[in-house]
Amino acid sequence: MATTVHEPPQAGPRRVPDHGNGGGGNLVPADGDRRLAVDYSPPPSSTAIWVVLFAISMMFAAFTSALVVRKGSSLDWRSFSLPSILFFNTLVLFASSVTLEFARRRIAAFMGNVQERVGSPSRWLYVTLCLGVVFVAGQYIAWSQLRAEGLYLATNPSSSFFYVLTVTHALHVLGGLGGIVYVIRKLGKSSLRRSTLDAAARYWHFMDLLWLYLLLLLWVKL
Amino acid sequence: MHDTSAHAVQHHAPTSFIRKHVFSLDHKVIGKQYYALALAAALIGMVLSWIMRIHLGWANAAIPGLHTLSPNGAPGGVLTPEYYLQLMTMHGTIMVFFVLTTAPFAAFGNYFLPIQVGAEDMPFPRFNMMSFWVTFIAFLVLVSSFFISDGPTLGGWTQYAPLNAIGSSGGPGQGLGVVLWMISIALFCIGQLLGSLNFITTTLDLRVKGMSLMRLPLSAWAWFITSCMGLTAFSVLMPACILVILDHVAGTSFFVPSGLVLNDQLVPHSGGSTLLWQHLFWFFGHPEVYIAIVPGIGIVSHILIANMRKPMLSQRVLIYCMGALAVLSYMVYGHHMFVSGMNPISSLAFSFPTLVITIPATITVLIWVFSLYGSRLRINSASLFALGFISMFVSGGVSGFFLAQPSIDIMLHATYFVVGHFHMVMGVAAMFGIFAGTYFWFPKMSGRMMNETLGKVHFWLSFVGTYCIFMPFHYLGLAGNIRRYSTFVDDFLQPLIPVHRWITVAALITGAAQLVFVYNLIHSRFWGKPAPDNPWEATSLEWSTATPPPWDNFGGKHPVVYHDPYQYGVQSSVGDYVMQASPEQVKTDHEEK
Repeated sequence: MATTVHEPPQAGPRRVPDHGNGGGGNLVPADGDRRLAVDYSPPPSSTAIWVVLFAISMMFAAFTSALVVRKGSSLDWRSFSLPSILFFNTLVLFASSVTLEFARRRIAAFMGNVQERVGSPSRWLYVTLCLGVVFVAGQYIAWSQLRAEGLYLATNPSSSFFYVLTVTHALHVLGGLGGIVYVIRKLGKSSLRRSTLDAAARYWHFMDLLWLYLLLLLWVKL
Repeated sequence: MHDTSAHAVQHHAPTSFIRKHVFSLDHKVIGKQYYALALAAALIGMVLSWIMRIHLGWANAAIPGLHTLSPNGAPGGVLTPEYYLQLMTMHGTIMVFFVLTTAPFAAFGNYFLPIQVGAEDMPFPRFNMMSFWVTFIAFLVLVSSFFISDGPTLGGWTQYAPLNAIGSSGGPGQGLGVVLWMISIALFCIGQLLGSLNFITTTLDLRVKGMSLMRLPLSAWAWFITSCMGLTAFSVLMPACILVILDHVAGTSFFVPSGLVLNDQLVPHSGGSTLLWQHLFWFFGHPEVYIAIVPGIGIVSHILIANMRKPMLSQRVLIYCMGALAVLSYMVYGHHMFVSGMNPISSLAFSFPTLVITIPATITVLIWVFSLYGSRLRINSASLFALGFISMFVSGGVSGFFLAQPSIDIMLHATYFVVGHFHMVMGVAAMFGIFAGTYFWFPKMSGRMMNETLGKVHFWLSFVGTYCIFMPFHYLGLAGNIRRYSTFVDDFLQPLIPVHRWITVAALITGAAQLVFVYNLIHSRFWGKPAPDNPWEATSLEWSTATPPPWDNFGGKHPVVYHDPYQYGVQSSVGDYVMQASPEQVKTDHEEK
């Protein structure tokens, strides 16, 4: 009969695993000092943002499969040209990602107490916010242009999917703008966590990639 | 200003009544709120099933009070065929979404997952609170459809297209009733996505020192796997619901085909795909079966181990089996569509993984059975319901073998055979998991013990009653009894009416037995015997803390985990077990490496 004997509990920074949480074996402090555990716990927002992005990806995957099936199921699909302002909007959204990255690096330097003068760390966040608002406004102009051409939500399945995909994306961008406002507020109160900033940045960059994917999908399929 | 730890998820002890009991951020209160919601929903669903069963047994029987609820649907208290379908739809929807998903996953998971990993709370308590209240609003929206002029939708819990998208010309409830159903389910999806977010981050980020993944109890693993499934499934169902709503209110044509004539009227839509809804729905719908049952697998394993006083043959294999069930559940959904006209090769492609998924399910059952073999199982209400779960899971699962074959499924599809199959394997098995969890964890949740005698009476009446109800369903299905008929006027169905009457009587008695449970629950809550901190001499972290747990779970202390979750059959200072948080060294041959 195999016998397993527990080793006595051991403590020490070098024995704390650097991956994930919980650790393995019996490498735990006997006194239950939680400070040793907190050193290697990933912040929940770092994990949560990937969970959120996965859920959003699944949602748009569902819309995409619906588009593919719906287009292939009948002959009533009518193609139309995408409003040219969408390409301008794309540039704006990409520019906002660049400015957000500027902001993130400056704030990281600010948090890291870098001695060099970094200027107002939130300045680029405001620029990102403005570019985000311009993007949403640009999308609204695109919808207005289509309406002027007589293409409404129910006009044709192609226009239906155009509105569904772009409006859903725009709503998510608005959520991202809310996230940036939250980061600015937290920064103003000096209570911003690095993980919150990184999560907001990841979400915003994902909106870029998602938009690029949607633009490609709409361009190919509409 | 620097990054702080994941463990620093703290909220101050609430002081006001509203913050303590209504809009609480405490995962334990939210868990109880989910449980109360599930209990209320289960009682409503049960009453609906009683009404349907009485009508199926005695088609002309007037049911008192029903006329008041719906003068058009039940004139003189006798159900019209349409109202029968409406009640059936609400029964299925309430039971699947608001009972089988909320109780084993959201209720018990919310209460015990953070405690079992040693955390003070979930990482995003506000999202957690929103999760419950959005779900509660979803329930109100669904139930509100009883009180609109033409009642709730009649399309069944699957809400197949094009019936779900053609509006009120499709029958009573197919206008506003469907819209309310879709809004309700979309809200439910949001609630469960918020819940899944918290469950996943709690499991991955908030485990205390020493709690490696393989040291998580099986129940925690089950909730984690279920939350991963929920994340994938609900994020697909929600956009599908949005598209149906647009078909209703915006005039789009996602699901309604062109040239559809209904009641001599051309439906003003064009070119939609009816199969599109089935694909989107069943991509959610089949994993939903496992969302209902996997928490039960974890809970039942957790309870059986504590009562067997020894671990399962292999905890690791059980975890892998639950993971395999989760992954395969997404690859089998097409078996619900064998009769949709799909290519036979596609049928084969969906049939194969459907048969494959029985392998992890069978391994799970074999581990249970061989672990039970030779053990000195403590017989109590919780362990009885855990055994009942296994019985239902096996009995209902066996009929799944038949339905997995396209050639047989074509014959049995839409018959009572299918109804019997999913009620046993998904419905009653999951319900038994809920009951087992209630009897096991009630002392920790309330600080009082439940009455064991009443619990055993509840078990035997439920166990025998369930078989009396659902085994004849299989016979009815083989005899060709089509589901969703409200009366049986065809010659070949008339001889089956006595079977329906037998089932109705069994359903009424079994349903009444649930009132014993409700009485036991309420009575024990206020007048039950005070519970010690660890009444079952169990090992996981929830039994290390006070009963009931303080608002921060461990009273300001933070447990440290030294052992695998199920250290039974050992010699320690407290008995034949050692708790996860005990630094005591013991010798055992059970610990998995």
